[in-house]
Amino acid sequence: MGELAADKHVKYILAVEKRKDNFESAVLEHLRMNGAYWGLTTLDLLGKLDAVDSNEIIEWILKCQHESGGFAGNVGHDPHILYTLSAIQVLALFDKLNVLDVDKVSTCILDESDIAGLQNEDGSFSGDIWGEVDTRFSYIAICGLSILKCLDKINVERAVNYIISCRNVDGGFGCTPGGESHAGQIFCCVAALAITGALHYVDKDLLGWWLCERQVKSGGLNGRPEKLPDVCYSWWVLSSLTMIDRVHWISKEKLIKFILNCQDTENGGISDRPDDAVDIFHTYFGVAGLSLLEYPGVKAVDPAYALPVDVVDRIFFGK
Amino acid sequence: MHGRPRKPLKPVDEAAVAAKAEKLRALQSEFLSNHQNKIYSKEAVELSAKLLEINPELYTAWNYRKLAVQQNLAQCESDPESVNSILDEELKVVENALRQNFKSYGAWHHRKWVLEKGHSSMDKELGLLDKFQAMDARNFHAWNYRRFVAALMKRSDEDELEHTQNMIDKNLSNYSAWHNRSNFLSRNCSVLLSNLMKKAAPGFTSKDEVLTREYELVREALFTDEDDQSGWFYHLWLLDQTVRSEFPLLVSSWPVEGSDISLPAADYLDGCASMNVFHYSSRNFPLVLYFNQSVRGVNSSTVSVSCGFNLNIDLIWKPLSSTDSQSAKVWATHLAIPDAELHSSEAYQVEVKVGFSQGIVSTTGVAYSHPSQISFQLHLQKTPLESGQDSRFGRIQWKDDCFAVYEPGSAEPDLVNLLDNLTIKNEVESTASTWQARIIDDETNIFRDLLDCKIGKLTVARLLTAYNSLRPLDKPVHCKEVLELYSELMKLDPSHYQYYKDNHSLVLLQQVTSSKESLLSRCFHYRDSTLSTNGSPLCLRLNNLAISQLGSFEKLLWVQMLDLSNNELQSIEGLEALQLLSQLCLSNNKFRSFTALESLRYLKSLKVLDISQNEIGSHSIDTTRYLFRSPLSHSVGSCDWNINYLSSETYWEAFFVLKDMGLTQLDVAGNAITSKSFNVFLEKLLPTLKWLDGVEVN
Repeated sequence: MGELAADKHVKYILAVEKRKDNFESAVLEHLRMNGAYWGLTTLDLLGKLDAVDSNEIIEWILKCQHESGGFAGNVGHDPHILYTLSAIQVLALFDKLNVLDVDKVSTCILDESDIAGLQNEDGSFSGDIWGEVDTRFSYIAICGLSILKCLDKINVERAVNYIISCRNVDGGFGCTPGGESHAGQIFCCVAALAITGALHYVDKDLLGWWLCERQVKSGGLNGRPEKLPDVCYSWWVLSSLTMIDRVHWISKEKLIKFILNCQDTENGGISDRPDDAVDIFHTYFGVAGLSLLEYPGVKAVDPAYALPVDVVDRIFFGK
Repeated sequence: MHGRPRKPLKPVDEAAVAAKAEKLRALQSEFLSNHQNKIYSKEAVELSAKLLEINPELYTAWNYRKLAVQQNLAQCESDPESVNSILDEELKVVENALRQNFKSYGAWHHRKWVLEKGHSSMDKELGLLDKFQAMDARNFHAWNYRRFVAALMKRSDEDELEHTQNMIDKNLSNYSAWHNRSNFLSRNCSVLLSNLMKKAAPGFTSKDEVLTREYELVREALFTDEDDQSGWFYHLWLLDQTVRSEFPLLVSSWPVEGSDISLPAADYLDGCASMNVFHYSSRNFPLVLYFNQSVRGVNSSTVSVSCGFNLNIDLIWKPLSSTDSQSAKVWATHLAIPDAELHSSEAYQVEVKVGFSQGIVSTTGVAYSHPSQISFQLHLQKTPLESGQDSRFGRIQWKDDCFAVYEPGSAEPDLVNLLDNLTIKNEVESTASTWQARIIDDETNIFRDLLDCKIGKLTVARLLTAYNSLRPLDKPVHCKEVLELYSELMKLDPSHYQYYKDNHSLVLLQQVTSSKESLLSRCFHYRDSTLSTNGSPLCLRLNNLAISQLGSFEKLLWVQMLDLSNNELQSIEGLEALQLLSQLCLSNNKFRSFTALESLRYLKSLKVLDISQNEIGSHSIDTTRYLFRSPLSHSVGSCDWNINYLSSETYWEAFFVLKDMGLTQLDVAGNAITSKSFNVFLEKLLPTLKWLDGVEVN
């Protein structure tokens, strides 16, 4: 079957962080904050977080913070809720949430006096001051504020009602009301409902069937019907199944095999499909997927917060 | 990041690539500097357009362009030609970007932002959408944008419905089209139908006609390519729409209508129990209401309870749901029975009236409008236990030779009466229209032609099950066939083995609980050497059935002692409805964590629990972590944690499940979590414990 080439992946992640000479890294500069989260969480799941200089990273993270409190994808770029969550998550990995002025960060997400306040009347969340609405942002706001222990600052009831308005008759969720069910959106909505104690709004059997039918003949998972399998769905679909206790409805062995086949065992890294180019995004989702499948040698990951379980437990149960 | 080959097709000129990357970085740097310094010159703005064409994901550039537009619009003072030319330019930039990546969130949002300024003809936008949907009918960004434009244009739902029909006609394999169709129908069905009925539009005159047409439409998709999933979920939704009960109804209750129940005089813990004698504290007589769907508004105003002894206190009805504090399918309350010494031992007639006043509403907003009444008799025994009968009951052993088959006799006519009346008769169901049964029947006959493939077998199994759900008072039919179909599916589609297994188990339990004879054959007296069989606890044994999921709880509200050992269960969700449970055996199953035992927190009468020989502690991933009330799901405050119990080896899951239980007997051996320190923790947590893993506790 093959094995997880953990050491190769660690080397790959550490190298990617430094590469500047390929076109890809230039084009992805704007989301370096996400990249940091993907790479560092993978390192932690493989037990190698100490291979990086946390102080250097934290220094850079803080340089990406804006006046408003939100974080940008990289220095000089505009703040957006997407990168704000990644920043919070990376600081959580290093157990350095205390460097944040929590009020400042939480304010950028929910400031009511400022028209830039991100929670809207209907409970939805905008990504930034320009107003794009998407349930991804609902998840981000809920997850981020929960990690900062100030979830009560938003109107949770309205936030939950908005998410439910995006629920479809197939049991899944879309990005806005009426939006087609998509595994990525489903993860965001199910995780948001999990964190807010509202999973009773999910029809677990109905959604569980939709999700388990993402497993195709090759053993990989796709994101919605009649699409190609992709390693990143090993996270979106699998974490959703895990949160609603239906993960036993797929074949774990076949999925493990699929993920392992997507590795570049020579140079490290994992790709979306076997023999495609690797990247940090898929490396993280492949390893996180293996974690949910209880693959030996990989730390347990929390399906709602997308952080190692020991990090989440430290936040909620630590003294 | 997707779909690029690992080994590039032609050799890479590394130097050229590095130069290209360097150039891009320089441009981005220049752009960021313009942005920081708020420079919106023509040159600067063109630079941003160039960058967005290379990389539409550069979100800051879209923000920058919006700022530039705002400034330019302010300067041109609403001269319509200037405004149009400014906004036209933006639309062009978006189109260029979309050509590069038609899944770019930033590009689509920018277009919406421009359109909201009231520019561009909507027909032009629809034209653009048609082009995009022709290229990729599954692009959800395009579908979302279409909804946005349709709303701006105030297009009618009928027109949009027609569009989905056009997309389906072009290609049946279009899940997105089916989804959008279901979206319009589900959100607008009643509105659409009533509007159309007013207009007397041809073809849409009633729900069954609409459904029949939709079934015809989707059937083709299922039959054309048996592996194509596009129509599967739509078909399942049609089925749900066909059989779902419009009205919230009471399905079953505890006590059952017409029961005759004896209560002991005083507290005694593990005394004898039979079908009509309860062995827990007489203070806590439960009333349980089981509805056909989740409802809210069950309280002392909407449910009146009257009995011989005074019950002036408002009863507090609680929904038995772990996360929902407002609604549930199952509601319970407890009657505080006064001491028997104060009353003569006569029978009290208790009447429970459900829904005679307004207020109970289903979570879908339908008012409860079919009131029910349940009457039963309570006998309070005056004499306390004989002193010889030690309150210390022997240790329960769940072995076959401790159980004697129940022989129905005149001594307990109540059990037979009870089993005859488990399901409440609801008039509205027996006079339900026959169109539902007709549609199911027709569909079943059609799908029998597809029995050689997965979706055919699954659909027939679901249709037969749906047929039974339409007739809750009759014995279910076709169970054997349904069980066989699921067994075949387990072989045909092994990846989804457990899905079929779980459904198989549910049908099996329906079959087992469907008749009085079947239930009676599984009732046993528990035989202990200190007791005679007369009055010994009655146990329902559902062990060794290879069941992996539980169901049919509405048929089991009367159960006090339950043996579920030697099955394949990993969850007991739903068991909270069995409020009378005092002895429960879950040994030799597949429980992975204490969080999977959340339901036990509702079983206030539970005294004996056996969870030995499971997998608690063997798994790194907890699949019921968020289906459990804890600070992680913000359903329990952090201040509710009792720090004393949490040491470096935290057993927070076990702590939360067990802490308020008055267990007298607990078995946990054969789980990876067990250890000396865990047992010490348990003894501290459960002061009422007499037996732990078969050993007497000091």
